[in-house]
Amino acid sequence: MSQLQFFLALVAGGLSAAALALSLVTPFEQALLLKAFLGLGFLTLLRFFLPIGLWADGALALLGAVALLTSVGIFSPAPAFFWMALIAAWLFAWLFVERLSNVLAPRLADNAGLGLLIPITFGAALLVIWEVVTRGANVPPVLLPAPSMIGAQLANSASILWADFVQTFIKSVLPGYAMGCLAGLVVAILVDRSPFLKAGLLPIGNFMSALPIIGIAPIMVMWFGFDWQSKAAVVVAMTFFPMLVNTVAGLNASSAIERDLMRTYAAGYWQTLMKLRLPAAGPFIFNALKINSTLALIGAIVAEFFGTPIVGMGFRISTGVGRLAIDLVWAEIAVAAVAGSAFYGVIALIERGVTFWHPSVRGGRT
Amino acid sequence: MTTSAVVSAQNLGLTFKTNDGDVVALSDVNLTIDKGEFVSFIGPSGCGKTTFLRTIADLERPTSGTLTINGQTPDQARKSRAYGYVFQAPALYPWRTIEKNIALPLEIMGYSQAQQAQRIKRTMDLVNLSGFEKKYPWQLSGGMQQRASIARALAFDADLLLMDEPFGALDEIVRDHLNSELLKLWDRTQKTICFVTHSIPEAVYLSTKIVVMSPRPGRVTDIIESDLPRERPLDIRETPEFLAIAARVREGLRAGHSYDEDHV
Repeated sequence: MSQLQFFLALVAGGLSAAALALSLVTPFEQALLLKAFLGLGFLTLLRFFLPIGLWADGALALLGAVALLTSVGIFSPAPAFFWMALIAAWLFAWLFVERLSNVLAPRLADNAGLGLLIPITFGAALLVIWEVVTRGANVPPVLLPAPSMIGAQLANSASILWADFVQTFIKSVLPGYAMGCLAGLVVAILVDRSPFLKAGLLPIGNFMSALPIIGIAPIMVMWFGFDWQSKAAVVVAMTFFPMLVNTVAGLNASSAIERDLMRTYAAGYWQTLMKLRLPAAGPFIFNALKINSTLALIGAIVAEFFGTPIVGMGFRISTGVGRLAIDLVWAEIAVAAVAGSAFYGVIALIERGVTFWHPSVRGGRT
Repeated sequence: MTTSAVVSAQNLGLTFKTNDGDVVALSDVNLTIDKGEFVSFIGPSGCGKTTFLRTIADLERPTSGTLTINGQTPDQARKSRAYGYVFQAPALYPWRTIEKNIALPLEIMGYSQAQQAQRIKRTMDLVNLSGFEKKYPWQLSGGMQQRASIARALAFDADLLLMDEPFGALDEIVRDHLNSELLKLWDRTQKTICFVTHSIPEAVYLSTKIVVMSPRPGRVTDIIESDLPRERPLDIRETPEFLAIAARVREGLRAGHSYDEDHV
């Protein structure tokens, strides 16, 4: 047992014991499950004499989470031992993840299923703490709604959220992303071909990619109108420069020997480009595609703050805040988070397939 | 110039212009390489042996003198795919399998699919790599990678093979093995080979002609015709004839002040 595990176990068990003692002032039948959790937590102190498996810690953390969620409404205001139980449950979850990651660390690669358990536990713990704190401490929903409220809102307004998703993601993000990335790629090849463009356009590209391009959103709304076209234009502008700069760098990524080889075959410019320089630029291009997948969503959502038809994720967020419909805002944020992660994940998966040969993907020597 | 001269250099010179002033990489090089010869270029670093090879390949431009390859200028020779070049590193493209790497020059030169398949098979047999067609370069050892790069240089059947320290990064045992395989390959294909090395035994073992070079300025100090038989088992390296040639190479290197204290 490492020092960290030792302290986690000691504090978790001790807190359970103290909380159990404090909970004895309440009537016996009140919050029985919570008391059972505290009692079991107290018993884990026995681990210093006979070892307890890591799954017992996991089960205890799960029991604690269920006990807290079911008893959160019973007390008003929530007593000290309730919060102590929350901390104890969190410590058990931490201890579980800590021990699990130590067990898995040497063979994480061939243990994807169990490896996934760690972030899932982590995320679930965060949600439980969020739920219990907001409800136990009666946090006003306007400040921070409980995850259950957000979940309910997600289910209730599914049709609104879907319409917003289509407007923002399908109509603005995807076309803008495709156009911006493709234009960046094509211009990068033109820049590579022409010394004049390289000297003239590339410094501007570097300069532009450092600017907060989202500032042009109101101008784009003036130029292209309220509907998705102006959002797509913002997305094009945001994704163009990262793709340009990365591709230009990537086209120079092949080594001198690799290029000399092409010269000994008397290969033409386009042959060298297609058979050597573009494949060698693959990792750089995918880097830009991944950066752009998040930039595109940000661009489209923020652009909708500046004027839009009465649909769209950005529109819903800005008006939702105004109407104090904070749970809808959070539901919209949840949709955006899932859409953004899925988008990024798809690009990353394609990258693994296309640049399988790169040392960073195959995890080997060069 | 005889018709059998594959490479012919007269008063060849090459000066690099750098920020620190001019560097004379080659000076007054006169050399004729005949068809079917195995010529080694030996000398310390900076003697211009790689530069000379690159000049033959039209990867560098000479600044004085004349150089012809099969009677053509280096530029014409390169464009007519007169030579195959093997670099110090295998330089196999990691996104292509071994057979696709060997197919690379064939694709560029517009060979048909059937011709490609047939030539890939033949050259892979020639370098003893059969069975590794579908592997990626990073799945093979350094020696196998270099063999694949030789196969790639042989695939389009140029008569001239330029090799720039191809086995320099490999260990002694693999190197001996590849050297004897290279000799067999040379015997079978009847190609003209130019081979850069800085190992005296390697140069003597492989060559019919050894060109000794020395630095500052890069120049030829001696050209040694070897009278060893074409059939050379590895233990020929202990015979008196072999050692006599090796001694002459060493003498040539010394005469060129290659062992100067400020250099070594």
